[in-house]
Amino acid sequence: MTDDRRGGPADAAGQVTPARELLSAADVTRTIARMAHQIIERVADRETGSLAHAVLIGIPTRGTILARRLGAAIAEFSGTEVPVGSIDATLYRDDLRRGPARALAVTDVPEGGLDDLLVVLVDDVLMSGRTVRAALDALSEHGRPRAVQLAVLVDRGHRELPIRADYVGKNVPTARDEQILVKFTEIDGVDGVALARTTGGAG
Amino acid sequence: MSLVIRNARPYGEEPVDLLVEDGVITEIGAGLAGPEGAEVLDGAGQVLLPGFVDLHTHLREPGGEESETIATGSAAAALGGYTAVFAMPNTDPVADSEVVVEHVRRRGEEVGLVDVHPVGAVTVGLEGQKMAELGTMANSRAQVRMFSDDGRCVHDPVIMRRALEYASALDVVIAQHAEDHRLTVGAQAHEGVVASRLGLTGWPATAEETIVARDCALAREAGAALHICHVSSARTIDVLRLAKEQGVRVTAEVTPHHLLLTDARLTSYDPVNKVNPPLRTAADTEAMRTALAEGLIDVVATDHAPHAAQYKDTEWAAARPGMLGLQTALSVVVHTMVEPGLLDWRGVARVMSERPAEIGNLPDHGRPIAVGEPANLTLVDPDGVWTVRGENLASKASNTPYEGMRLPATVTATILRGRITARNGEVA
Amino acid sequence: MKHLLSVTDLDAAEATALLDTADRLKQALLGREVRKLPTLRGRTVITMFYEDSTRTRVSFEIAGKWMSADTINVSARGSSVSKGESLRDTSLTLSSMGADCVVVRHPASGAAHRIAAWTDRDRAVTGIHTSVVNAGDGTHEHPTQALLDAATLRERLGGIAGRRVGIVGDVLHSRVARSNVFLLATLGAEVVLIAPPTLLPVGVEEWPCRVSAELDAELPALDAVMMLRVQAERMHGAFFPSSREYAIRYGLSPERAALLPDHAIVMHPGPMIRGMEIAPSVADAPSSAILGQVRNGVHVRMAVLYHLLAGASS
Repeated sequence: MTDDRRGGPADAAGQVTPARELLSAADVTRTIARMAHQIIERVADRETGSLAHAVLIGIPTRGTILARRLGAAIAEFSGTEVPVGSIDATLYRDDLRRGPARALAVTDVPEGGLDDLLVVLVDDVLMSGRTVRAALDALSEHGRPRAVQLAVLVDRGHRELPIRADYVGKNVPTARDEQILVKFTEIDGVDGVALARTTGGAG
Repeated sequence: MSLVIRNARPYGEEPVDLLVEDGVITEIGAGLAGPEGAEVLDGAGQVLLPGFVDLHTHLREPGGEESETIATGSAAAALGGYTAVFAMPNTDPVADSEVVVEHVRRRGEEVGLVDVHPVGAVTVGLEGQKMAELGTMANSRAQVRMFSDDGRCVHDPVIMRRALEYASALDVVIAQHAEDHRLTVGAQAHEGVVASRLGLTGWPATAEETIVARDCALAREAGAALHICHVSSARTIDVLRLAKEQGVRVTAEVTPHHLLLTDARLTSYDPVNKVNPPLRTAADTEAMRTALAEGLIDVVATDHAPHAAQYKDTEWAAARPGMLGLQTALSVVVHTMVEPGLLDWRGVARVMSERPAEIGNLPDHGRPIAVGEPANLTLVDPDGVWTVRGENLASKASNTPYEGMRLPATVTATILRGRITARNGEVA
Repeated sequence: MKHLLSVTDLDAAEATALLDTADRLKQALLGREVRKLPTLRGRTVITMFYEDSTRTRVSFEIAGKWMSADTINVSARGSSVSKGESLRDTSLTLSSMGADCVVVRHPASGAAHRIAAWTDRDRAVTGIHTSVVNAGDGTHEHPTQALLDAATLRERLGGIAGRRVGIVGDVLHSRVARSNVFLLATLGAEVVLIAPPTLLPVGVEEWPCRVSAELDAELPALDAVMMLRVQAERMHGAFFPSSREYAIRYGLSPERAALLPDHAIVMHPGPMIRGMEIAPSVADAPSSAILGQVRNGVHVRMAVLYHLLAGASS
């Protein structure tokens, strides 16, 4: 998920109960490492073990950060630099008319395009699946990948479309009125994943 | 036919009762009892003034009846406290002959709500080329006393000179719409900061000032009476001051909108604010007020200019210039001049009744409120307040710039030769 | 954002957001074979042009179509306008047909403002919200031109704040100049207007810019120079003695262009009169950003349509 889950407890005018830590900074690093190994294992060519046909595409903002982290981990473990890019799904969302016009995020498809590549789409949180659906539509207009797989740090359930992740950092069953708060050092100053419940208020 | 006015204060001074019989004030005193069957008007301690005289009104008939007729314009005048109006000749056909002016005069008499005095054109068809038959119009049943090409400037100095010379022998006044058309080609708004920001071609103040200066010199040489319509620029006041000091027989009028409104209103591009000459700056409106108080500007004249919706509900450049004025004139004068203490009620009587009647040569209007004088009177509630709604005004058109504004002072009754023509906001 | 009528309706944040969106849209379309985004599918954009224009009209049409909006062009000639239909009736007719957006160019200053007032007033009856985009009203403004000029400055110079931009020529009759002066001031640029006194508006001292009559003296310090077309069709005469004298004193000749700093760019809103306000070699030099302006025009107009139409109707 991208922009529509809110920030931390401080944002909700004091009506959010303190967040419960799900993953510490060290947990995040370990989880990303495990995911990277899983990706390498599944994506590598059966005969040659090559990763040359793979590309990581993150959904901004935190999906892109996660994609870069995965790319770095994959490079460390396999020796191969898998290209990393980002695709903004905003223009393909199905709920644009529910609020004011949203700011657009960066789209940066690596040189060479996506034709015949294996795209691993990366996002931080998977919930309804609508963001991923929008990202798939956006991807399809940049080329025709040979396959698209999905990697997410947290799967919190409540799917509204038939979409499932290939690589999951952590499964966290949640109630609808709870929030998953993902923090990355690159923009939040610290790594971590927490669960918060909103009690009344806008949250 | 008798009328008793109880408890009214002439010029805002001491309350008195007045008895009017057969159109003349016959008695003024306390506790007057009129004859049997006399109508009674309760003055309620309100201000009694001589009936207002508007030297500059557009009644649109003949030819422009979609915007106003002599009947609807007369109703607006009566409701505004007017007992006489001068109807400008830019009708269709133009009032440049005795036929048209006599028609307008007769129509006004038929309606009977206000004395309609037609203004004759200075030039045939308002084209500025050939003098119209001023003498014939002056001597006609319409008894034309003022001539103007209003809407257009009498541009050719030779024509203006001849008209002034000719007029001096007829004892009539030439009223000039001062605008050098060559300086105002394509002009849409006052040439200044606002117009340049809004991309509207400017109407420079110099276009007014230069014609006024020229015509004062021509009037001086001809010994003729010159009247300047709708003065709008502070610079023109300077010219008038000098001319009057020199003894030139020049008089001047200002519209209520040029006392109050500025070009700051133009930012919405609503053409209700489009008028000729245009709304200018706050400094200009201030100069107008001071000049009116001092008498450098002699009178208030409305330049009442009704325009049907299709002429105003357009983009700015396509809209016709002009604003309604008859029913809001008194209120605007009270708001801009009386409330700040620039004029008292005697002053209002002077600028809205006495001086206009003098300039227009009307012996029965603008008279003192005294025994023996014709009963052309206006009763004003100085404490009244009203909200202006264009659709509720008597004019056929609704182009008032004061839409939605709350203004002070209301006209309680208007009396024309002893007969009540308007009372409590209704035409009699 | 409900309408785009004047650049003064935008503060620095809003203007920057539009430019950022234009950048993102450019990125989103990069390298694609299918140059189409689905975002405005089901929205109807009607362009209503009462003045001849190819570049702006086509630019808006492409912008609408690339966003998947149904885009229809109406020109005054050959329409009910030539039968005497008023501007008000024409715009309300289009609005009532279901136009989500009307893009209007008209020779009367303030025309877009009036259309917005009429369609807003009528909304109570029709229930249709129509956004109005001013594509040029008389000599008043041309907001999307200023936005694409700003986008071009940002692209070529790396930013706008603190940059020195000269605008040269017929400022008096130029809606492009007005929009640029006010938008660039909002975005923090320093603007200088260079023109003979007859082509400067009364009251220009109150505008947020400097004024100069000496082109040669100003050029060495500029980061960008914007040449305006000399508008023969708008003039009633006597603004300068002859075309020859104008070109000599205010035209951007190769010698003059050499006075500009190396990094400086040359811009022109088009269409150009080569040899009058700009020499052909200067128009085609590497420092010329003219074609870039045109390219940016499409993305900027896509961004405007996005901000007006993609979200909830206000």
